[in-house]
Amino acid sequence: MSSPILKLIAQRIALGILLLLAISVLIFAGTQILPGDVAQAILGQSATPESLANLREQLGLNDPAYIRYFHWLGGVLTGDLGTAMSSGQDIATSIKSRLWNTLFLAFWAAIVAIPLAITLGLIAVRYRNGWVDKLISGLALASTSFPEFFIGYVLVYFFAVKWQIFPGISTVYEGMPFGERMQAIALPATALTLVVLAHMMRMTRAAILNVMQSAYVETAELKGLSAFNVIRKHAFPNAIAPIINVVMLNLAYLIVGVVVVEVIFVYPGMGQYLVDHVTKRDVPVVQAVGLIFAAVYISLNIIADIAAIVANPRLRHPK
Amino acid sequence: MSNELEFLSRRVASGKLSRRDFLGRAAALGIAAPFANALLSSAARAAGPVKGGTLKAGLVGGESTNSLDPALMMTQVPFALGKCWGEMIVELSPEGKLENRIAEDIGSSKDAKTWTLKIRDGVEFHNGKTVTAEDVAATLERHSDEKSKSGALGYMKGIDTIKASGKEVVLTLKEANADLPYLLSDYHLIVQPNGGKDKPDAGISAGPYVVKTNEPGVRHGGERFANYWQGDKMGHADQIEVIVINDATARTAALQGGQVNMINRVEPKIVDLIKRVPGVTIRNHAGPGHYVFIMHCNTAPFDNNDLRMALKLAIDREEMLNKVLRGYGSLGNDFPINASYPLFTEIEQRKYDPDKAKFHYKKSGHDGTVLLRTSDVAFPGAVDASQLFQQSAAKAGIKIELKREPGDGYWNEVWNKQPFCASYWGGRSTQDQMYSTAYLSTADWNDTRFKRPDFDKMVLAARAELDEAKRKQMYHDMAVMVRDEGGLILPMFNQFIDATGAKVDGWVDDPHQELMNGYALAKCWLQA
Repeated sequence: MSSPILKLIAQRIALGILLLLAISVLIFAGTQILPGDVAQAILGQSATPESLANLREQLGLNDPAYIRYFHWLGGVLTGDLGTAMSSGQDIATSIKSRLWNTLFLAFWAAIVAIPLAITLGLIAVRYRNGWVDKLISGLALASTSFPEFFIGYVLVYFFAVKWQIFPGISTVYEGMPFGERMQAIALPATALTLVVLAHMMRMTRAAILNVMQSAYVETAELKGLSAFNVIRKHAFPNAIAPIINVVMLNLAYLIVGVVVVEVIFVYPGMGQYLVDHVTKRDVPVVQAVGLIFAAVYISLNIIADIAAIVANPRLRHPK
Repeated sequence: MSNELEFLSRRVASGKLSRRDFLGRAAALGIAAPFANALLSSAARAAGPVKGGTLKAGLVGGESTNSLDPALMMTQVPFALGKCWGEMIVELSPEGKLENRIAEDIGSSKDAKTWTLKIRDGVEFHNGKTVTAEDVAATLERHSDEKSKSGALGYMKGIDTIKASGKEVVLTLKEANADLPYLLSDYHLIVQPNGGKDKPDAGISAGPYVVKTNEPGVRHGGERFANYWQGDKMGHADQIEVIVINDATARTAALQGGQVNMINRVEPKIVDLIKRVPGVTIRNHAGPGHYVFIMHCNTAPFDNNDLRMALKLAIDREEMLNKVLRGYGSLGNDFPINASYPLFTEIEQRKYDPDKAKFHYKKSGHDGTVLLRTSDVAFPGAVDASQLFQQSAAKAGIKIELKREPGDGYWNEVWNKQPFCASYWGGRSTQDQMYSTAYLSTADWNDTRFKRPDFDKMVLAARAELDEAKRKQMYHDMAVMVRDEGGLILPMFNQFIDATGAKVDGWVDDPHQELMNGYALAKCWLQA
């Protein structure tokens, strides 16, 4: 690999880190604007002026905001996310298992959704404008258009309540046997698959159709290649960049955007963890989770960029 | 006929006949299903609890921020879990009587200022140590510490000194209080080794279950404590598990799908649907919780008692009870006490009376609109209830302007700050606690700003009165005063609505809190 490419990648990563820093400031500012402070949120209806003052002092809430920000940033850079204000637990430890759960669910949803979406997209292109294409597009669009909680409830109603094939609540825990774990995540993974399917499928279809207009595809057709081989050998490799982009976007969604599905299926992932702590104004946790989500989003986008560059000879060998 | 039924119900209890067959036979004998069910459960109780199995509850009210420290318990999951692993000094029985636990006997001096707790012999902590008077004293000390952030701190402030000597703990109070044993039944006061001073969130006490898994906001599990001191009464299932399910639909689905045996907080609007599900039993019963609209008695225009009275008369309680709670509650009468409290006296029910409301409104001289702040978090259905209030008041010529406040920050920015808003109270275990928490001039939570020196005197006098009849009369007078002169509009008391799945037995309605005052997992069992 040539050095311009390495330089490009280094640039992307540096930009990503800068972006992360900017986001950390934004997250911090956002949590400051919320009404009420963490001491009030922890004590709730049982807050008395004395207990509020005690707790504020104990939590260091009397320092100015910028001092708290730099204090926290220093901790993050040394791998210390701090302790949760509301429960006193170490944030890094509690996030570890949560993040692992989220990644586990996202992984299996992606394993099903991505090949399925791309295959369906290829089939749709092969039979474009025919009834197969319309059926695939229609179904995929329908499943995406339904809100995810609706899909979740429908799945629960049939698979958990009526037929009792899969559990309706997906509580997983450490040391759970793999088979049970897979059974537990069957429904949420299905719901997620249905939600992200159409976006990737439609993008695959559009990208390949775009390429299908070009001269070399016509040449390939004239060579006598079968329709599938034309798509597989000539159209797909040239359409890969936009497809990778949309796949990465949906991967990011599977990790950072699954709050609703987690709540419906009672899945102990990052989303639920974040929501709990937002309502308690637990600033260190909200910041840590926000930062992790931002990091996931940014790194997936960097990967998409790099993959697009690597997949495209014109970008790989700039003149 | 009744002999045959009884025979059949005993056969079900001993596992020789299925529940469904029994209900079928009962129907054939012309017995309505609810009666047959009641007969069945009484037979099951008579046959005695069944040991074994895993009892699972799917509960709302758990967050990943929960801790096992009893001082910090606030929501339903830590509360219900605490009743499984924790042991109390004294507890309230479902009938409202005091039930001694770690205290074998509680006695007081004649002036109700010095109290002596005699500690029971042979109660063992999960760590193998014996519960001593020192442990009990240390527990009370920790919860009295200003820095402890304990939810029981408010009551504990009234205790002056705590001393352990031999098998006794002696408490002296700053002021006489005949209700002290009731205060000690507060769910925060779980007895811990050395009062939990060493490690407050260790989850070690002397309750029927030992904490085995603790994943806050996800699930909690316990295993029966072999040396529990009253194993015949509690701890029937081998294991218990609490799964946190905050979503109402997911919770009901989990019960229907058989993944959990019991759930809490069934929404009133779906109760009738859930009732039809085979195997599911709705467990609803009255409690002290109430939904309210509160006016600050010291802020214009609510500093005028005629205006307050006009608003109290302009609310249609029956309609609100039927539409917001779907009948799962009871009418309120503008004072915070109902039959679930000891020493309760019935007072004439206030009714919707637009004409009288009009009269008082005119007399108050107020003109223009009255601003009512409301939010979904005030109580379930609070926004609907506020709109009903607006309409019923309009018929009396009173214009109420509604302002919908964001749920986020409602308890910091609106409640106890704004002069007129919707709110709720969970209730307390005694009248004194309720009045002391929210109606004393000096109370932090006096959310109606009801500041009346004469009322304060009555509270203190009733607190020190050991003669029950006199005390009852005093509470009656206090109730009348709050009802007719206070800033509280109390249209309805809500009910606890829990539900259990097939095979759950041993349920006893308890008016103090939901899930049998939190003991459902510890006291229920699974039929064989």
